[in-house]
Amino acid sequence: MKSDPGLYDYWPYVGRPALRWPGNARVALWIAPNIEFYEWMPPDNPKRKPWPRPLPDVLGYATRDYGNRVGQQRMMRVLDRYGLRGSVSLSTAMLIHHPEIIEMAAARGWEFFSHGIYNTRYSYGLDEAQERAMIEESMQLIERHTGQRCAGYLAPALSHTEATIDLFAEAGGLYTCDLFHDDQPTPVRTRSGRRFVSIPYSLELNDTIVYVVNKIEPRRYGQMIKDAFDRLYAEGEASGTVLCVPLHAYQVSHPHRLRSFEEAIDYICGHAGVWKATGREIAEHYLEHHYDAALAAMQQAAEPGA
Amino acid sequence: MSTGPLDYPRRRLGMDQDRYDFAMLETRPPALWPDGRPLAVWINLALEHFPLNPSGAGFKAHGAMTMPYPDLRHYTLRDYGNRVGVFRVLKALQEHAFSASLAVNAELALRYPPLLAQLAASGHEIIGHGWNMDRVHHGGLDPAIERQWIEDSLAALARWSAQPIRGWLSPARSQSAATPDLLRGAGLEWCADWVNDELPYPQHTAHGALWSLPLSLELEDRFVIGENLHAEAEWADQVIDACEFLLAEARGLGQGRLLSLSLTPWVIGQPHRIGHLERVLRHLASRRALLWNAPPSTILRTAVAAPATDR
Repeated sequence: MKSDPGLYDYWPYVGRPALRWPGNARVALWIAPNIEFYEWMPPDNPKRKPWPRPLPDVLGYATRDYGNRVGQQRMMRVLDRYGLRGSVSLSTAMLIHHPEIIEMAAARGWEFFSHGIYNTRYSYGLDEAQERAMIEESMQLIERHTGQRCAGYLAPALSHTEATIDLFAEAGGLYTCDLFHDDQPTPVRTRSGRRFVSIPYSLELNDTIVYVVNKIEPRRYGQMIKDAFDRLYAEGEASGTVLCVPLHAYQVSHPHRLRSFEEAIDYICGHAGVWKATGREIAEHYLEHHYDAALAAMQQAAEPGA
Repeated sequence: MSTGPLDYPRRRLGMDQDRYDFAMLETRPPALWPDGRPLAVWINLALEHFPLNPSGAGFKAHGAMTMPYPDLRHYTLRDYGNRVGVFRVLKALQEHAFSASLAVNAELALRYPPLLAQLAASGHEIIGHGWNMDRVHHGGLDPAIERQWIEDSLAALARWSAQPIRGWLSPARSQSAATPDLLRGAGLEWCADWVNDELPYPQHTAHGALWSLPLSLELEDRFVIGENLHAEAEWADQVIDACEFLLAEARGLGQGRLLSLSLTPWVIGQPHRIGHLERVLRHLASRRALLWNAPPSTILRTAVAAPATDR
């Protein structure tokens, strides 16, 4: 085991070359709905139990299924109202289980990126060949069912191995959502040396972390999103920032929660200088306009005496 | 079933189990309530008995004893709901003229006949709620034992219910893979355990359809106050926000919606909390012209009677 993942070098927020977004926007806003499938009888994993209760965990399973039966359409209506496209973190088995949901997202021009096969299948314990096969199959499923080349990855249930990021870059991916070290895109070092970036995907504003882990009140969640936006918008005048709101229809779409999210989105979209982007658009813009300058600046920052 | 990490034997169109068919709420034929009212309201009280000496078989339900034996602290705090809290809740419902259902752990019928007499006299619909909070229905339970638990529960409640018992809420909403078959086999019409929807839908059982009538967990007083540790006033705000959201959605889409509210007397019946329930009830009462409050079996029959949803 390593003491440092080795994916990036320290690079302070201050003193970086300025990021410029299309239209001179201050903040790149992207919404990342996780569209997931959790299995009724998942196989055991040596490192992590998929369900807290003895199988069948009817309560846990039904809680997730609510997202697909009730929540997705509700969330889509809100995003439609503000002209926001989702960048879908997809349990790719959803392409087979519930193609009607995928079609609704595809008809809206949403991006699909890989979130593994099922959210009850963890990367822990997979050898490198198995994890490569899993990642490649998930990317192939997206392409076969939607025609999209998968550009992004968020490991299933945020379960990683030492090879995860390397494997996705080698499979032809452009960006990872698995790193929470920054509010701006940054180059990621992988063993293949490919041009590959991290796109900020906020764990702190992730509705499941907010509601399930931190047990935050619904109205406060909306306020947190507004506060994050205010700060990133102010800082974005000097250099572009990224605000990501990761969602799960089984959390945010509950009747006591969705309004607070919508109020935050309404507030954000009332500002000029917000780039309503997708994960891929942010990654491609950064790779084209900022990646090389970032590499040079990172090298310089690593040698302060030079 | 032994499967490798990359084997997906149930990856197919629809669900990965056979209990029910996938169908999205919004694209199903809509439920329509009497007089064109957009929102039905179902309130359920859970009357629970937590034994002092739990086996913990399966798992311990939230609320079960956690301290070394004898855990008088938690035993009596739960018992408080049956002695004191429930009467505050019943009074609040009566003052605002709301009907409800009462999910009753059947052991209470043996232990506390005066409580059952009061519950029966309230006129609210009585539904099954298992034997007690330590008899958790779970995978690994012998189906013959589970069948006996269900039969014993219904038999103990029967003399206190004016109508045949039609509905069921499992202790801690936990089921074995066989529970719906056993419930339907015991003559029950619906079950409130599954929280994957907001309106009734049919589940397949060995004895015909068992309707799933979802009782919201995420708005439950015990869940919001007891597990999320939100303030009482926050819980009340959440229920009111849900009411307003569902009203707006129902009217916007022209589809009936259901607000289901799960109450736990040992939680909400405390003197510092009951006022917040009363604020919720006052809000609901202020929306009376748009709401249809009825017992759950009536709500189910109405939802299912709409020709389009009868499938």
